[in-house]
Amino acid sequence: MCPPNDDLGTHKGRPYEFIMKTYILKRLLLIVPMIIGISFIMFIIMHLAPGDPASMRYGLNPDISDSARARFNDMYELDKPVLYQYVSWMKRFVRLDFGNSFIDDKPVMAKIFSRLPATLFLQGLSLIVILCIAIPIGVIAAVKRNKPFDKITTVLVFIGYAMPSFWLALLAIYFFGFKLGWFPISGMDSWYTEYLDPFFRIKDLLWHTVLPVMATAFTGVAALSRYTRSSMIEVLNENYILTARAKGLSERRVVIVHAMKNALLPLITVMGLTLPALVSGSFIFETIFSWPGMGRLGYEAILNYDYPVVMGVGVISTFLTLFGIFIADIMYAVVDPRIRYGKRG
Amino acid sequence: MGAHNNYRAGTRPAPTNLILGKMNKRLIFGIMVIFIMAAVAVFAPLLATHDPVGIDLSVEARLQPPSFEHLFGTDNLGRDVFSRMVYGARISLSVGFIAVFISLVIGIFLGGISGYFGKLLDILISRFVEVMYCFPTFFLIMLVITFLGPSIINVMVVIGLTSWPGLCRIVRSQFLTLRERDFVLSAKVQGVSDLRIIFRHILPNSMAPIYVSATLSVGSAILIESALSFLGLGVQMPTPSWGNILTSGKNYIDYAWWLTFFPGIAILITVLGFNLVGEGLREKLDPRLKT
Repeated sequence: MCPPNDDLGTHKGRPYEFIMKTYILKRLLLIVPMIIGISFIMFIIMHLAPGDPASMRYGLNPDISDSARARFNDMYELDKPVLYQYVSWMKRFVRLDFGNSFIDDKPVMAKIFSRLPATLFLQGLSLIVILCIAIPIGVIAAVKRNKPFDKITTVLVFIGYAMPSFWLALLAIYFFGFKLGWFPISGMDSWYTEYLDPFFRIKDLLWHTVLPVMATAFTGVAALSRYTRSSMIEVLNENYILTARAKGLSERRVVIVHAMKNALLPLITVMGLTLPALVSGSFIFETIFSWPGMGRLGYEAILNYDYPVVMGVGVISTFLTLFGIFIADIMYAVVDPRIRYGKRG
Repeated sequence: MGAHNNYRAGTRPAPTNLILGKMNKRLIFGIMVIFIMAAVAVFAPLLATHDPVGIDLSVEARLQPPSFEHLFGTDNLGRDVFSRMVYGARISLSVGFIAVFISLVIGIFLGGISGYFGKLLDILISRFVEVMYCFPTFFLIMLVITFLGPSIINVMVVIGLTSWPGLCRIVRSQFLTLRERDFVLSAKVQGVSDLRIIFRHILPNSMAPIYVSATLSVGSAILIESALSFLGLGVQMPTPSWGNILTSGKNYIDYAWWLTFFPGIAILITVLGFNLVGEGLREKLDPRLKT
């Protein structure tokens, strides 16, 4: 597992910084075709489907005249061919202009950025919770393999994998919200929050966060603790662990210093790959908990045929996912020199 | 050495052991769950005690707790939850199986040609797979369902169309290693057509990980369907599905727990069954993972 005898400073005569730079650049450039591909798929689906944003916009008004309808379609170029529309969307997109919402005419960017912090806060917190719970569980289960702790957590992990997490969210609302009344079940803050001191405001926010984070993190904990366990088991079978033990190091030192350092490396990638699942989950959980985030915005926009907002939410959430995976990749390359020379880029 | 030496006393497994003897606990438990659920789905009309869509709005009939008359209680429209769930099993299982069948067809085809032919085709397909991987798929599914209209067929097709990338990767890596093997080379030398090599020579040899992944996908397809139905984007009322029974229970959660509890448990157990079979198979096929 240790890197073979290679010179970390140079590679084919090129300095290490140069390699890292091209690696990073290559990963960054890859984001561009991905955004194009994804936005194109979304655009085609939306525009080829039956359904008419004009009637959604004026849906409640049966007296809307054909000319107003035509004006609306003309304004948003909805009567042009799909490809023409896509190109003009793309032209505006490169200037980071997503247009205005069909529903309330507010700029899409402003709408999304007013919702983004709530989503990032929830996702970030969930990720931290996942890491803090899953890694210790996985490591202990691997060290105490086939002991009661391992067996119990394995059963729990299987249940966690199969758990419909929105159902778990409902149960949490029922028990902790209704029965016990411990936590609030919706929103991000109490109505009286503006009358509170900053300290109590934060407390109020965290108090509202408990249930959504619990529901969001559940599946992630199951998945990540499983990865940690199998990665640890693999590493513990390596020869260098045998060497460390033969040297007479304490078991604690062998596990924490020698094994964990190597076992946790692949988790960086796994973490990056759990991001799409977290984002997918945000659409469900933000709806259940009335969390004022981007996921709920996207869900409502879809239901309202609000093309610009749907495209905006789709592209921004894809970009965030790609960026997260990109960061994970870079971190992995920085931490593990073997990757730099591989063909992963 | 004589032939009789191959069968030393006691080592030859009894005929039943050939199947059951090599099964681990996970596999047995999972198969049992799937079998029971499949039986429930097939014999739904026999098992249902009431009409699954029969509405009774009288006060005595609505939101009744579980009793001998209504095993799982009744919902807000006075329908028997047990009967609805029995019929819901049909929806969940058929969505699971058909969605996975679609993703198998796509995944095997794309993964196969990308692993077998390599070069530009491989690069294109791999990039496409990467795009699908990084996409918050659930958003795409919601989008398609909303714009094409929620119906059980659309749900199956969309889940199938979005869940193939994992399979595609597995098939590709299998093909990458197998295409260099001697039996493939000898087939090539004999002038066997590429299609025939792909489907008759390589594919049968790469089925093991495909089975594992497909079984696990059935579970996740069922989860996605129930989440969609839960958001009102899946199977539409009055057709019962576990997800939309849950949705109707959402509004009555504070005094009719049975409406949310039983469908959730059913989803959990069914998905667990498929995951156990998948993991059990994986363990059986890959001796490295034996714990």
